[in-house]
Amino acid sequence: MDGMYIIITAALVAISCGLLGCFLILRKMAMVGDAISHAVLPGIVIAFFVSGNRETVPMLIGAGSLGVLATFLIEYFHRKGKLQTDASIGVTFTWLFALGVILISAFADKVDIDQDCVLYGEIGLIELDNWILNSGFIMGPRVFYVMLFITLLVVGFILMGYKGLYFTTFDPVYAATIGISTALWHYLLMGMVSLTTVASFEAVGAILVVAMIVVPPATAYLISEKLKPMLILTCVFGVIIALGGYYLAVWIDGSIAGAMATVAGLLFAIVFFTHRIQQLNRSKIKAQQLSEI
Amino acid sequence: MIEQTENIAVEIHDLSVSYDRKPVLWGIDLTIPEGALVGIVGPNGAGKSTLIKSIMGLIPLNSGYARIFGKDLSEIRERLSYVPQRESVDWDFPTSVKEVVLMGRYKKIGLFKRPRKADLDATMSALESVGMQDFASRQISQLSGGQQQRVFLARALAQQADLYFMDEPFAGVDAATEKAIFNILLEMSQQGKTVVVVHHDLQSVKKYFDWLILLNLRLVASGKTENIFKKELLEEAYGGKLTLLTEVGDLIKKEEFPGREE
Repeated sequence: MDGMYIIITAALVAISCGLLGCFLILRKMAMVGDAISHAVLPGIVIAFFVSGNRETVPMLIGAGSLGVLATFLIEYFHRKGKLQTDASIGVTFTWLFALGVILISAFADKVDIDQDCVLYGEIGLIELDNWILNSGFIMGPRVFYVMLFITLLVVGFILMGYKGLYFTTFDPVYAATIGISTALWHYLLMGMVSLTTVASFEAVGAILVVAMIVVPPATAYLISEKLKPMLILTCVFGVIIALGGYYLAVWIDGSIAGAMATVAGLLFAIVFFTHRIQQLNRSKIKAQQLSEI
Repeated sequence: MIEQTENIAVEIHDLSVSYDRKPVLWGIDLTIPEGALVGIVGPNGAGKSTLIKSIMGLIPLNSGYARIFGKDLSEIRERLSYVPQRESVDWDFPTSVKEVVLMGRYKKIGLFKRPRKADLDATMSALESVGMQDFASRQISQLSGGQQQRVFLARALAQQADLYFMDEPFAGVDAATEKAIFNILLEMSQQGKTVVVVHHDLQSVKKYFDWLILLNLRLVASGKTENIFKKELLEEAYGGKLTLLTEVGDLIKKEEFPGREE
């Protein structure tokens, strides 16, 4: 099938970002995902300088540590400086991202990455970068395997840590009274967000990463009464966005990442308005029943 | 006036807490008897919530310590439960009543294991004792304020602890719920559980609590309610607040002529 790897990779990005995004939006920290996805840029560049290549592991380490540093700084400015969380997020990620941009532009001749690729990504090109075994056998796009690994990691993390994440998200103070470390779960989650963001970055770019972290969970939140259905719906929406976005891009012959973010927005709008109409109808029926009595 | 007690549930010694170098609690020294229904009363900003939070180790102390059942907090965490203020969580969170109450069992279940039948039974019986069993699978956003408070109480009950701290469990609930909650607290204390309640409403203090702590940054008084609920001590705790002072005066009057009430 044409573009199969692209669709599957995008779906993996959507699932791993969306699952973590569910917990972020419930913690009212959706924009931390935004912050991390930008703040990791200097980490990527530094990892490139240190390792001298674009191997996945140093990239993940470099960017992952910058992501955790960013969340630490956000917490630090908020707690010690009494700065509002959103202001703290804004200060932290803009300068870290700017630092990354400066690093790239100053050493542009030595660095095989540019701002455009980082911001918009180019998922359409992943099939050019294959994982080739020593025997010469072509396994398929490298990014696909990276995302497969990350998705398994995220799914494992959510399954294993479900109670801890759920508990510390819903009522951190009560969790602390029975001896559960809220800080530990906070940084575990942020560490996972950093890793996932960085891995997804390469595939789809920063803007689509932010869209995937926030939009599918927000859409699922509208119509979920429990956390588990919300997580599952997020994955379903992620797959729809990947499929729909790819074919939209083919149809209009445009950017795949852009098309996917557009489909995500459309999906949200459809769910939002259908849900609103249902709610209105329901209250109308109720009012009718009441008047009949 | 500070009354000490023999069989101690909570012992606080020289406890001080400050936020940003501004003291919020100053040299608190007191004991709370086992099995008592304890009210913590004082004006706004007196440090009532801070006191229970610092006993539970949620806030770093500047000095002093709190010992529970003669032991350090880390040794007896399981025997202690907390009912936070209702507004402290997001009631639009996608979760059900049953799942919230089941949280009270997490310490016993462990974070990485599935709940056993005993945990599910404890959850349901806690819901029954607050009269919320029919709401078990409701989403929490569909509950009224009083029902939310009952759910929080059920979660603490499911923990089957020996010492309970409750932060304004009567705030913003209807009269029927207030009565129901009070009956549950009474029953708990009759079973020998110690219940410590941050309370706002002076009117009901005498009826509700057998032990009283009067607080205003420092400890004004602590002891049996009949010894503590006195005009001079209340004035000392609420000092300077004129409207409250007259309220206190009214209360004392009512007390002197109890026949006119009810």
